[in-house]
Parts: sequence; structure tokens; C-alpha cells
Amino acid sequence: MKQDITALKNTAQTMRKQILQLGFAAGNNGAHFAPALSIAEICAALYCNVMHIDTADFTNSDHFILSKGHGSLANYTAMHAAGLLDEATLTRFEENGGPLPGQPSKNLALGIECSSGSLGMGLAYGMGLALADSRKNNSRQTYVLLGDGECNEGSVWEAAQFAAHQKMTNITAIIDANHMQSDGDAAHILNNNPAAMWQGFGWQVITADGHSFDSLLAAFDTKSDGRPRVIVAATVKGKGVSFMENAREWHHGRLTQQQLDEALAQVTGGQTLC
Amino acid sequence: MLKYDRTALRTYSMLGARGAFGLALNELAAENEDILALSADLCSTSGLDRFAQNYPTRFYNTGIAEQSLIGIAAGLAAAGYTPFATTFANFAALRGCEQIRHYMGYMAENVKVVGLSAGFAMGMFGITHYGLEDIAALRSIPNLTILSPADSTETVKATLAAAAHKGPVYLRLTGGMNNPMVYKEDYTFTIGKAVTLQTGTDIALVGAGTMVAQCQKAAKLLAEKGVSCTIINMHTIKPLDTLALDSLLGHRLIVTAEEHSKIGGLGAAVAQHLAAKTAAPPLLTIGTEDDYGHAGDYAWLLQHHGLTADSIAAQITDFLGV
Repeated sequence: MKQDITALKNTAQTMRKQILQLGFAAGNNGAHFAPALSIAEICAALYCNVMHIDTADFTNSDHFILSKGHGSLANYTAMHAAGLLDEATLTRFEENGGPLPGQPSKNLALGIECSSGSLGMGLAYGMGLALADSRKNNSRQTYVLLGDGECNEGSVWEAAQFAAHQKMTNITAIIDANHMQSDGDAAHILNNNPAAMWQGFGWQVITADGHSFDSLLAAFDTKSDGRPRVIVAATVKGKGVSFMENAREWHHGRLTQQQLDEALAQVTGGQTLC
Repeated sequence: MLKYDRTALRTYSMLGARGAFGLALNELAAENEDILALSADLCSTSGLDRFAQNYPTRFYNTGIAEQSLIGIAAGLAAAGYTPFATTFANFAALRGCEQIRHYMGYMAENVKVVGLSAGFAMGMFGITHYGLEDIAALRSIPNLTILSPADSTETVKATLAAAAHKGPVYLRLTGGMNNPMVYKEDYTFTIGKAVTLQTGTDIALVGAGTMVAQCQKAAKLLAEKGVSCTIINMHTIKPLDTLALDSLLGHRLIVTAEEHSKIGGLGAAVAQHLAAKTAAPPLLTIGTEDDYGHAGDYAWLLQHHGLTADSIAAQITDFLGV
């Protein structure tokens, strides 16, 4: 069932709590907190509103590929919100040999279609799925979520050229434009301009506020003009937790109990935790 | 309908590995609608012009972009298609190495990557176009089957076998046009099962790709000196037919020959297997040294790198001191 904007806001809040709790439970393994917090609304919008999901038969569902695999906690918690992952499975995040490693591993039984972690791998694979859907004349859509730092990878642009050349309209890329990457501010590493680059590569560029459901749903609603669509979503890395926002050290880290409590209080706005 | 009479076998040889592959895939496509072809701007070079003409909606040109070539093929494979993705061997295996690892190794997608003109077949194109490290780069990737057909007829058979095989395959094509014929009549090709071409008592020659034909000629030269050879066509590099290797332990010497670096290829795979044996004959590995050398034409390169029958025979007699 599609969630409305009020429900989606609650979902994103729950996801942020779960991201913190699951990452804390991962202990010394640590977790990619900030990259997941920046895509909470994008994943919630996709899984709980935009995508067609048939839990009885995934072969009827839209495709989602988390190309920036390090945002897995947002992916897993959104799947939980959509009823695809139960609570018991969700708590197996980063379990040794378990189904939900730090970066997604293909698991069709769970509805995880593509392994990721090595950046720049998701778009071409998603295009293969989308080409197959076109060949089969079905209406499934493919959504590929990439990081703006990930767009440093040449393989992204190889794939981008092909999709534009083939005029693929059943694939949508979403760029988590948080302006940060592992070593810090993207502007200091390999400055890029996602909107201009995707435009130059022949894609239909739609910009959005990546933390506003109004903005995101409007972006997803924008019809293709015959070119493949890319939504460049402006986000804040670590969104919702003040000490993680735009803080390079929280790309991957470990939470203390005190930090967890503080972070949970912030993402819930002081509400009672459930 | 693919035939295996003498005329057909001669035609395959004349076409060379790339032409024979293209012919086989074109025929296969008529019977199996799930067969797709992709190339990184090497449609003609891959022998795929006829396929692209006959099945224009089943051929994708990804442009000069080996990474997305393999990624797109992987997505198509995940959706149930059987994509053959072609480019020169070194570009596939080295430029696309991590894509092969990720999509075909880790994710085990049913992609068939065809490495064109492996070894020295690109001749005067120069060293950038030689494929001398592809087996070494790919052999350690789990789930991947590596095929190295001995001649053009075997290229046809390996193409059909790769399509029928459920799982990722790297098909390594060696040699140019008018490839020497190892097979003069029909035979059975099974992935993972080496073919014994000749049984002898002294030396066991284990070849792959174009070196099988050179081993056959070398065996004739050695026979003139009273040396009796077994010849094995090890067309599947991975999984290696270790039973076939175990049957060779009674020989005085085992020799591997490949158009590939001595490091990490067939010779290395055989050495690793034999190293665990309590009693095994010495192993002589023939391949390229740890050195690129210089560009030249194909015949010159084979000679320069000691990959002709004369040189193989001479290396063996030197080793034996006969």
C-alpha cells in the first residue's frame, strides 16, 4: 500500500532509529552511518510509495539497485518498512555469514537483486535488467541509486552513454548528492557537477530536495521526455544526527552508547522511543 | 544447422576462431531466442556481422566500453537471457576484470565473455592488443569456467557448449584466419573433460588453444628421434581435468604449452596440481617469459617466443638431454 507523506515521514524517522540501532549493534565492525542517513527519504519514497512491489512474486516488482552499497542500512530498513524484511531478519545486519552484510549481496529470496559495494557497478547491471524488461514488453521500472562520489567512477559514464543512446525510458537513476565522499568534501577531491554532467551525457535531469517527500515524489512523478531520467537529489550526509552531518569520520564508524542515545534523541525529536 | 563433415571443418578453419565463433552464434540464435550478442565496438571483428544483420534487435553495441559491456550483459543474464559479450581478450579480462569478478564470479551471472585474439593473433597491432595474461587474471575468480578451444571446429563446439552451460564462461579464442586443424572429423566436446589426441609412452604434451596443433607437429618431430608422445588437448583451463593429468604420471616428462605467460596460465594450473603428488615426473612449462618483447607479425611472434613445433620439440630434447 502506498504511504502518504505523513506516513512516509514516520517511516523515515523509524528508519533513522533502526539505522542507528542496527549500526550500534554491529559493535566493533562499525557501520556506514552517514551514507545511509542521507538516503533515508529516497529509500522510503521508493519502497513505500513509488515502486510497484509484488511480495508474492518479485518477478512482477520494480527493480531497485543500491549502487552505493555502503548505504545498505537505509535499503534494509526501507525493505522492512515495506514488509519485505521481517524484524528477525533485519536484526541480522552484519551477522557473520548472514544475509545482510555491510554491503548488499544478491539474494532474490529477500528481494535483493544486485550485489554492490564496489562502486560504479549498479547502473550497467540495472540497464541490463531494464533492457530485458523492454524486450519482454513488461512495465517494470528500474531504479538505481548512486552516490555523487560514486560518479567519479568511469564505469558510471560508460553506462550513462549507452542508456542515453538507447533512449531507455524505463530506468531512473537517483544521485545522492551529499557533496561528501570517503576522504571528505567532494569539491576538494574531484569536483563535479552532477546535474551538468548527466545533462551533457544525454539524460533528463530532474533536481529534488532529497529530504523532502513533496519534492522527491514530484520528481519521481515527472514523466520521461524520451530520455533516461536522473533525479539529482540534494542531501546532507549524516542527515538528522548533528554530529554526523557533513562529518567525514562518520562515513563509517562506531557508536558509543552515549552517542547512540544522543543520536536517537535527535532523530526522534525527543519522542519516546519504541 | 552446424555440420561436422570434412567440408564444414575446412570452412571453420578458413574462417579462423573469430569467424567460426560468429558462425556458431548465428546458428545458435536461430534455435534459441534467449541468445543475445553484445560487443564493445568490435562487431565485425567478432564475426558477428551476420548475427547483427539477421537479429538486429538481439545485438547491442555498447561502444568502446568494456566495463558496461559486461555489466549490461550481467543484467540481461539475470533476467534469463544468455548474452555473449565480445571484445579483445586483454580488454575483456584486464579492463573488465573487476566486472568479471563482480558480476560473473561473485554474482555468478550466466554471461559468456568471449576473449578475441588471445595470445599474439593481433600481430602488428602491437603489445597493447596481445592477450598474454588473461588466464592468469581470471583463473582465481570463483564460479568462472575458462575454455580455450584448440582449433576452429572446437571453437564452434565450445560456443555451443558455453551456451548450454548454466553459469559464467570465459571463452578464449586464439589464432588467426586459416587456423591449423586439430580435428579432421567430428568428436565429442565436453566442458571439463580433456581430449586425448594421441597416446604414447615417454612424453606427455598438454596443450591449449593454438598450441595443441603445435604439440601435434612437435610430437611428429620427436617421434623421428624415437621419443613417443601422448598429446592432451586441455580445452578447459578451469575446471581443470585433474583425472586426465593423473593418467600422465607414468611418463618421463609432462610438458604444457600455451600462447600465454608462463605465469598463472595452464602451466601454472598443472604445476599446482602435480606439486601435491608424491611421485610425478618433471614438468616443463612452455609459454611466454615474464617479458613483453617487441611487436611483430603473428608467425614471427610465435617463433620469437618459442611457440612453434620446432621450438617445442627442441626445448623438450634439451630438457631431456637427447
